[in-house]
Amino acid sequence: MSESGRHPLFVPLVLVGGLIFGFGLGFSHMARPEVVLNFLQFEDLGLPFVMFGAAIVSGIAFWAMPRIRDSAPLTGDRYERRLKSFDKNVLIGGAIFGVGWGLSGICPGAAYASLGIGNVTILWALAGMFVGAYLQGYWRSR
Amino acid sequence: MLTDPLPLQLAAELFPNGISRYAVGGMLVGLGVVVIYIGTGIPAGASTFLESTLSYVSGQSRFQRYVSSRDWRLVFTLGIVLGGLAFAATVQSGVITTSLYEPGTTGELYELGGITLWLTAVQPWRLFLGGVLVGIGTRIGKGCTSGHGVCGVGSASKTSLVGVATFLLVAIATAQIVAALGVSP
Repeated sequence: MSESGRHPLFVPLVLVGGLIFGFGLGFSHMARPEVVLNFLQFEDLGLPFVMFGAAIVSGIAFWAMPRIRDSAPLTGDRYERRLKSFDKNVLIGGAIFGVGWGLSGICPGAAYASLGIGNVTILWALAGMFVGAYLQGYWRSR
Repeated sequence: MLTDPLPLQLAAELFPNGISRYAVGGMLVGLGVVVIYIGTGIPAGASTFLESTLSYVSGQSRFQRYVSSRDWRLVFTLGIVLGGLAFAATVQSGVITTSLYEPGTTGELYELGGITLWLTAVQPWRLFLGGVLVGIGTRIGKGCTSGHGVCGVGSASKTSLVGVATFLLVAIATAQIVAALGVSP
């Protein structure tokens, strides 16, 4: 969708959604790498309640909205589920992400929220993520 | 001496911080996704921001394909940061108290401008090196914990279920090996 043809409430709504999303990452302690690492080391098994709690709530909307309306009010886009094609990149990328997540205890959304809760040290992780995203983009743009 | 029945002992061991902060926080994360989806039809993930923001400074085709969404993705990320700050200013600072929230003992709290903030004790080299791999892997693997884990699983996408199983199992193995090598925190 073009930037000029946007509904005036589009960007404010994205901001509100981001605020709730970030508050939830703070409340669930996913913004704290230690808590993620404690899950991965089987010392506190709470993390799946975050991921599946969020997936169930969003899953209800992904299921219901296409049955309620044809298109979204602010964009006119059709309501669709998030479906991506499967290929070996899902496994290769997932494995690389897994090593990074297991080493650092941080993933992209949680890193943004971590900065918000005052964790300036997380700028190391954010810098790393931009370096990594740039490297793969540089390789794959050739 | 009275001891708790076995199931309670087991629950206390597996969930030393209870489950309510996780479940409530997770539902809020889902609600943030739902708010954006209902208004716009977009199932938003967090890691595309890395590439879409790079399109401001790099002409590589991998980044330029995100030019049309890069401004709202910046706003989404800004919202996540401010949402974390709002949590710090309220619940983390003790201004709002609820039995659903277990404060825990990780990291280090500090005060700034009347707000209780938090710092990780995880070493910077782990964060940076892990971050590089997260940046590469999430973009090659078509999603992260929010794109695959929340939106994809919520969509019952087989690709995302396989993606989540892959990064979850590899992350568990990695964290166990790193801990076994004596790296802490």
